[in-house]
Amino acid sequence: MKIFATYNIKGGVGKTATAVNLAYLAAQDGYRVLLWDLDAQGAATFLFRVRPRVKGGGKALIRGTRSIDGAIKATDFEHLDLLPSDFTYRNLDLVLDAAKKPARRLGSLLAPLSGEYDVVFLDCPPGISLLSESVLNAADTLLVPLIPTTLSVRTLDQLTDFIGALNGSRPAILAFFSMLDRRKRLHREICEQLPAQRADVAATAIPAVSLIEQMSVRRAPVTAFAPRSMAARRYAELWAEARECSGLPQRSGSSSIPKMPSTPPSTAGPAAASPGIRGARKARASSSSARARLAPRQ
Amino acid sequence: MRSVARQFVLSGDDGADPGRVLKLPGSEFAVSDASRSVTLRRLWLDTFDWRLYHSGLTLEQVTRGGAADLVLTGRDGTVLAADRMSPPRGGGRARARWPGRLDTLPLGPLRDHLGPVVGVRALLPVARAVSVVREARVLNSDEKTVARITVDRMSVTFPAAGTGPTRVAVTALRGYQPQALRVADLLAAVPGVSPGGQPGVEAALMAAGQRPGGYTGKVDVRLSPRMPAPVAMAAVMTALFDTLLANVNGTVRDLDTEFLHDLRVAVRRTRSALKLTGDVLPGGMAARFRPEFKWLGDLTTPTRDLDVYLLGYPEMAAGLVAATPGELQPFHDHLERSRAAAHRQLTRGLRSARFARLGREWPQALAVAATTVTRPPAGRLAAGRIGRAHRRVLRDGGAIGPASPPESLHELRKRCKELRYLLEFFGSLYDPGEHWRAVRELKALQDCLGEFQDTQVQHEEIRVFAAQMLEQRTAPAATLLAMGEIAAGLAARQQRARGEFADRFREFASPAGQSRFRALTGASAA
Repeated sequence: MKIFATYNIKGGVGKTATAVNLAYLAAQDGYRVLLWDLDAQGAATFLFRVRPRVKGGGKALIRGTRSIDGAIKATDFEHLDLLPSDFTYRNLDLVLDAAKKPARRLGSLLAPLSGEYDVVFLDCPPGISLLSESVLNAADTLLVPLIPTTLSVRTLDQLTDFIGALNGSRPAILAFFSMLDRRKRLHREICEQLPAQRADVAATAIPAVSLIEQMSVRRAPVTAFAPRSMAARRYAELWAEARECSGLPQRSGSSSIPKMPSTPPSTAGPAAASPGIRGARKARASSSSARARLAPRQ
Repeated sequence: MRSVARQFVLSGDDGADPGRVLKLPGSEFAVSDASRSVTLRRLWLDTFDWRLYHSGLTLEQVTRGGAADLVLTGRDGTVLAADRMSPPRGGGRARARWPGRLDTLPLGPLRDHLGPVVGVRALLPVARAVSVVREARVLNSDEKTVARITVDRMSVTFPAAGTGPTRVAVTALRGYQPQALRVADLLAAVPGVSPGGQPGVEAALMAAGQRPGGYTGKVDVRLSPRMPAPVAMAAVMTALFDTLLANVNGTVRDLDTEFLHDLRVAVRRTRSALKLTGDVLPGGMAARFRPEFKWLGDLTTPTRDLDVYLLGYPEMAAGLVAATPGELQPFHDHLERSRAAAHRQLTRGLRSARFARLGREWPQALAVAATTVTRPPAGRLAAGRIGRAHRRVLRDGGAIGPASPPESLHELRKRCKELRYLLEFFGSLYDPGEHWRAVRELKALQDCLGEFQDTQVQHEEIRVFAAQMLEQRTAPAATLLAMGEIAAGLAARQQRARGEFADRFREFASPAGQSRFRALTGASAA
């Protein structure tokens, strides 16, 4: 079982949209997938039309007085289940603080599900807290959406340093650009340069398009209701990168979304300016120090 | 995860209008009906001896459009594991072909689930059907799917053509079981809908006029103590011959090793029946057919011996200490080549005129025996022959000491087999509990003797293989050394079995064990 977490210190950067779409794509690939909506706002829960309620609340789950198993709900999609949000999750930090080994609590709660699920996505609330630390401990791969700005890149550095200072096992990081606005020169430049320079930044960038915003109206992943859209194709490419980063073995079934050639984020720079997945991998491979730091846990 | 909450069948005029049942009149739910039906090609798989069915499992390959999924469900319809069998876009691994062995499936939860149940057996198609399925989603006020209703009109194409009733299933989604049960209650109130229905494979087989679980390798005959002995033995040997014939096709096609195993066991049991009870059969019958079944038994021996070697090979290779598994590979290749040659020989035998003649004449002889009403009755025959075989095992086993030659243990093993077969032939005459206890004690002794003989035979054979490989110049020195290590391991196992024999025999020959046998045979003679 591989655990992915969508995480950023900042809010409103596309964590939930990423978790929901990648979870859907993983399920389409035939993996048995669980998405745990850890955010008290319950956006992922809302998108899957599940009621944001867990019997006993977050306290019962974290303390283990109610089993996670009993709180899981099937979504409308094959192989994809959801552990819903609950408004009491806003106090998860306090509950964790009272638990034994709080930083390892999420990991130990998920461990019994390893026979039932191949992939778990944790959709995290923003911020750095005890819950974040528990998520970082449990996750194999951290998916970090970044808005392509200089400050976001600085945030990634801070996050990398924070994870580097953690005790115990550390997740591999895969940052990617989210809410890319191709009309903005700064967005284009950062998206072209950074993946080639840093091993922990994916080649795929998720565009800022209204179709992704429509997810909250349609209450479904964009990869499900518009599978041939550009946004869906980008998510499929991101999922391919995330899967490879995690070392998750490929399934015999393929994603329902056709893999299209990666189009460059800018019309100014052709293929050389946008290395695509293959080019980025090559660039990442050359950054041996970063590779050593980001090696996924065994 | 889904599980079937309840199943129904449509009957009468309503059976023609599945759309009626998808409306759920008067309910708090909305129904999103996929008005277009989809056509599914369905194929159910099981082993020849129905291991999945007997374990409460159903393995179904569902093909829709170009995509095929292999789905394993439990007794209650819960999906336990599934795998996509179609090749990925842009090429890749081809779809599994059936019949096929488990190692043709990709590694994953499905194979993990199937492995302990299926073992070395191949998965064979047991039924095929084309289903026209209409699925509706039952939605709550958030328009979230809480259950699914499927209406399935199935036309069976294999093993025989047939059409069953239209089946309706309410499927619960995880976390929404109460809602699914409520939907099922609403559905049950719709006119023309009656509760019932079985798993797909059973429904398909029933529509084809068959039932699952039809084959067993065990001696499955019902005898009565007063039945004339020739009639009883004809029934036993008819059942054995049915088993033998049922396994010929799979043996010739080499679908898995157990076809030959079951065929061989049926031959051995028949030979024992002829030897131990042939005197009650019509004149000359035993003398005429004993050489034929000996020929058939001998024909199967080389392939089975090599099968045993190859089945144990992974464990042997993994147990190497000084040598590496790679060094043993030429030995594996030699076994494979020898096995292929032996199987060709076996196939020729099973397609020979001699085997065809046996297939014609043996049932005719059995038909004559089945109408021979002579004494003694079956109960007395069973008691007499089991008692005699039991005394012989006690006598021969008791004479074996630390200095006895290996041949004495081999002879005792044969006597034990004869006793075991007699217990199996006449099992239906006894109290099941007492019979089971007697067989259990004998089996423990047989396991020990079997280990002793198998390791000795394999030890002798590996020397022959080494000589053959040297002659064929296919044995590097490292391989011969690795084979030497295997031979040493076999010798050690044989010694262990020899050491355990005294204790096992003492348990078997204990006063309690003897009185159990006496009680058993006394009961049948009555």
